[in-house]
Amino acid sequence: MKMVMAIIKPAKLDAVRDALTGIGVQGLTVTEVRGFGRQGGHTEIYRGAEYKIDFVPKLRIDIGIDDSQVEQVLETIRDAAKTDRIGDGKIFILDLGEAMRIRTGETGPDAL
Amino acid sequence: MAEKSIGRGIAAILSALLLFWPELSLAQDAEMNGANTAWILTSTALVLFMTLPGLALFYAGLVQAKNVLSVMMQCFAICCLASVIWLMVAYSLAFGDGGGANQVIGSLHKVFLAGVGWEPLVGDIPESVFFMFQMTFAIITPALIVGAYPERVKFSAVLVFTGAWLILVYAPVAHWVWGGGWLAGMGVMDFAGGLVVHATAGTSALVFAFLLGPRSGFPRQLNPPHSPGLTMIGAAMLWVGWFGFNAGSALAADASAGMAMAVTHISAATASLVWMAIEWVKFGKPSLVGIVTGMVAGLATITPASGFVGPIGGFFIGLAGGLACYRAVEMIKHRLKIDDSLDVFAVHGVGGILGTLLVAVFASSAFEGVGLSDGGGIFEQFWVQLVGVVATVAWSVVVTFVIVKATGAIVGLRVDEDEAAQGLDLSAHGESGYSL
Repeated sequence: MKMVMAIIKPAKLDAVRDALTGIGVQGLTVTEVRGFGRQGGHTEIYRGAEYKIDFVPKLRIDIGIDDSQVEQVLETIRDAAKTDRIGDGKIFILDLGEAMRIRTGETGPDAL
Repeated sequence: MAEKSIGRGIAAILSALLLFWPELSLAQDAEMNGANTAWILTSTALVLFMTLPGLALFYAGLVQAKNVLSVMMQCFAICCLASVIWLMVAYSLAFGDGGGANQVIGSLHKVFLAGVGWEPLVGDIPESVFFMFQMTFAIITPALIVGAYPERVKFSAVLVFTGAWLILVYAPVAHWVWGGGWLAGMGVMDFAGGLVVHATAGTSALVFAFLLGPRSGFPRQLNPPHSPGLTMIGAAMLWVGWFGFNAGSALAADASAGMAMAVTHISAATASLVWMAIEWVKFGKPSLVGIVTGMVAGLATITPASGFVGPIGGFFIGLAGGLACYRAVEMIKHRLKIDDSLDVFAVHGVGGILGTLLVAVFASSAFEGVGLSDGGGIFEQFWVQLVGVVATVAWSVVVTFVIVKATGAIVGLRVDEDEAAQGLDLSAHGESGYSL
């Protein structure tokens, strides 16, 4: 199993979510995060004083998937989240050792 | 029995006469005027509203989220403390008759409002109403100083300082300007508190900020206002409440109040546009925090002049206030590097002082004002106003310096680094502003 961690632009959440449910992904977790990559922060000015805001708001989506789905999920997320501008984000694939559905106790790919 | 009937008959005739010819009531200086009393009652509520919640929200939005409650707490507690001290001693010192010493201070005859019940009048409004109206000024003035020391001051220091400051700075200056003291005798014109409120608060704030030291990270690593929206809501309340502040200072429901309201509003609007324009040109983006700061600058500047100038005066005073206060913010923070965190001196101090001086110009009949003291000329009045400014500023600086030093010795001034980093809401008040 794999854990897909995707950092995307907040405005792209709906598009990514719709695309993933379209390919049969049944659940995901969303967290509000801040970060930076090549996209720098911005500057705010209050009463003439400049404030450098280094971090940019992003969303992090975590999905547990079966090994066989990795290629398809990567492509789906990328197509939905892409804007061709800096700051589109990144996707990380982590090895997922075990998973369990709390209600039933199922483990392994059945739990995803 | 017959004498009683005759007595009653005479009383009845006299009463009837007095009803139709009020000039006949020579025994009493004035009668209570219901219209004026109603307006001052209303103005009192408006000015209290300026502090709670107007100023509290205005300041709250400008600090970091972890300190939002501490600023509101300081404003609220200052309101309560100032109210009680006003009753206990400060009203008497400010407005009592000091006898031989009346040039410099009032008396202790009216502590706890002794002798002031339902009967006495000040002018043609009940003294209780005058007492309350003036109290709301005594409340907001030390509350303004909160802007100098947020995010790092000890709460106990705020209380100790405020109590002492009201008695030693506010009451004397109020007495000099409004209570029949020497500045009033000289002909200083301060309609609603350019000197008494804004100059004292602004100057004292600067001294406090200087002695307290800056927030950690000042001037390079600063934290932006956490809620500019909250600040705007507070600012809007200040604008509305200021109608009570300035128009109420006419102490009458009349044309003077009406014009005071008009020029107050014009000045606020003009100064707001000035600030907005400056930011637009300088930074390409006019900000909400900027435009409401311009508003406060315009209101502070018009305050001493509000009952003396006409609409043209209101416009130019707003223009001047917007420009001068904008420059002052830059000067204090970036040139002098004093962390008067919420720009109390730059906006209230500079505004109040500038407005006080501009009274000499725009109150004159040449600019459609009401005319100057003793029918004098602009230059004479300017000197008089300048004396008022210098006296107020000098007294504020010296006495505030002493009070802050004493407060530091008694309870300490600053929280420690960890408490400041955690945020005063949690470290000083055990509360969290936002449980999201």
